[in-house]
Amino acid sequence: MKYIDEYRDAKIARALLAGLERKTTRPWVLMEICGGQTHTLMRYGIDTLIPPQIELVHGPGCPVCVTPLEVVDKAIQIASQPEVIFVSYGDMLRVPGSATDLLRVKASGGDVRIAYSPMEAVKIARANPERRVVFFGIGFETTAPANAMAVLQAKREGLRNFSMLVSHVLVPPAISLLLESPANRVQGFIAPGHVCTVMGYWEYEVLSKQYRVPIVVGGFEPVDLIEAIGMLVTQLEEGRAETENQYVRAVSREGNRAAQKVLREVFEVTDRKWRGIGMIPQSGFRLRAEFAEHDAERIFGLADTVVEEPAECISAQVLQGLKKPVDCPAFGVRCTPEHPMGAPMVSAEGACAAYYQYRRDSVKSS
Amino acid sequence: MMCPVPLVTTDKVLLGHGSGGKLSAELIESIFLPAFRNPVLERLDDQGVVSIGGAKLAVTTDSFVVKPLFFRGGDIGSLAVHGTVNDLAMGGAQPLFLTVAFILEEGLPMDTLRRVVDSLAGAARAAGVQIITGDTKVVEKGSGDGIFINTTGIGLVPEGVELSASAARPGDCVILSGPIGEHGMAILSEREGLEFETELESDSAALDTLVAAMLATDRRIHTLRDPTRGGVSSSLNEIARQSGVGIEIEESAIPVREAVRGACELLGLDPLYVANEGKLIAMVDAAAAGAVLAAMRSHPLGRDGCVIGSVTAAHPGMVTMRTLLGPSRIVDMLAGDQLPRIC
Repeated sequence: MKYIDEYRDAKIARALLAGLERKTTRPWVLMEICGGQTHTLMRYGIDTLIPPQIELVHGPGCPVCVTPLEVVDKAIQIASQPEVIFVSYGDMLRVPGSATDLLRVKASGGDVRIAYSPMEAVKIARANPERRVVFFGIGFETTAPANAMAVLQAKREGLRNFSMLVSHVLVPPAISLLLESPANRVQGFIAPGHVCTVMGYWEYEVLSKQYRVPIVVGGFEPVDLIEAIGMLVTQLEEGRAETENQYVRAVSREGNRAAQKVLREVFEVTDRKWRGIGMIPQSGFRLRAEFAEHDAERIFGLADTVVEEPAECISAQVLQGLKKPVDCPAFGVRCTPEHPMGAPMVSAEGACAAYYQYRRDSVKSS
Repeated sequence: MMCPVPLVTTDKVLLGHGSGGKLSAELIESIFLPAFRNPVLERLDDQGVVSIGGAKLAVTTDSFVVKPLFFRGGDIGSLAVHGTVNDLAMGGAQPLFLTVAFILEEGLPMDTLRRVVDSLAGAARAAGVQIITGDTKVVEKGSGDGIFINTTGIGLVPEGVELSASAARPGDCVILSGPIGEHGMAILSEREGLEFETELESDSAALDTLVAAMLATDRRIHTLRDPTRGGVSSSLNEIARQSGVGIEIEESAIPVREAVRGACELLGLDPLYVANEGKLIAMVDAAAAGAVLAAMRSHPLGRDGCVIGSVTAAHPGMVTMRTLLGPSRIVDMLAGDQLPRIC
């Protein structure tokens, strides 16, 4: 399959790894931002193939993982109302709120539906004028344009029964936060390719300059990631700190301008709480006031609740790259994908789930 | 080592309990087995095998709740025959008789029922099984989903054939009869109205003649499984657990057609977990593997058969896969259904 096979090719991967081996002279700590990248690294065992001096720590880029518990609880409250059809991407359904999850709401009679696109929720709203249709609009800049389009479409059609529970988050403010932390060990970042497909990478150039940190926009296939790691190590060994683009087949410096225009039209930047990390200023999107009638948070008037995470869960440190999933005493014992304590174990792209799914044998015996 | 997985405490049945993954296994182990326990059931094979008057009978039952009722490559009628015939065939049995029970929803168009029944009858004729009794219930509109079908199958296990998911041995070759994921992706694409350049078609088929051809070649076949719900990974995990062996497979050896791969890539699904309805996995003594594979390849339903791995004494109960780049990873059983990812 074109654009897939060549990026999973063992020969190309081996050549890149040999090059990486030659140029690595010192230990380096690198972070891949995106959960999809973590998943690929674990799935193909790339962390075991790179030189041992290179340590990979896993970033906060799993949209399911960083959606705050309070928002999950709001989703559950809304979905439990009898007149509501609650529509969501599949992997949000298993995320535990403080008392239950959306799959259990569905089992108890709630009308919870899985969609592949927010436009499906608009279609459902059109077909069910007597019901209130709510779409769970979460994710990074990647999923935001489609969600913005759905809101625009609903407004154009006057579908007053369509609303969105928005909890969008943005990558660059999270990288700033990590770099400003006194505990930070990360010396180079693999920036999320899908986010940059939409936003371009000029924002990351600003970060590279400001913090003197090399950033490489990376793809999601094994060859992409090995190449991106190589580009970061080259920069670090040469003492450079620039933003470079490995994922050239999808990402341009300016990004997708049409998508950015829709984003500006529908959303405005706001402070957002990230699960496991806390409040990050100017790190998310919310609907602009013009779209208030489609804003589920306003329509359903749900009060903010404060929810405690299980004390034993170290997901905060995991999401900031300070600890590895296996450093957690609950990992694989009291915390498993069937019985997750923290969000990184819930989503397939969460760092804890990736370790559990692909590695728990070697991890537990080491 | 395996980690102790805590029981999922849930006070309600979830859809995931029917996924063929860990939740299904828990339901069986925590509710059904304790209530019904006996030596035949405990084997947890796809069929129960009992001896009556010197004859070895295989009995199996399966319910079909597929949506949509008609899909490319089959429909709920043909599926209700193939699914049950295959469960018998995986025990090495020659399928002989079926019972059919219909649960119909009030308001179902008679024409739809007729089409399903015609298809079911055709599939039964083709598989050489007779439908010898049946039942019909009608439920109120809203209490069903058009048609639910249950079929029970009875077959005869030839003398000397002893297949079981607990019989795989270290050194066995793992053989797969053809490309995976076709049924599940065909159903998903029709249900969700997803359109792909290449059309996806279910592989739904009766495997009894393929199994007969394999057994006629060499009896050193230890285990057969049709990887339906939960896909190849769930079947391999079940075999590893029940046989107390490890299984190692090669990612590069697993055949997946382009159309299925493309659809899976797009939706973020792994074909190893997608359902098949016309494929089988065989654990075969290494000395017999060549002959069995040749017999499979000369049968239309096994012509793309291939060796995908081997059984090992290492890591009992666990399935691992050598990835395209070399390192091995665990191939786990999913908790519930695969859920399409957000991005």
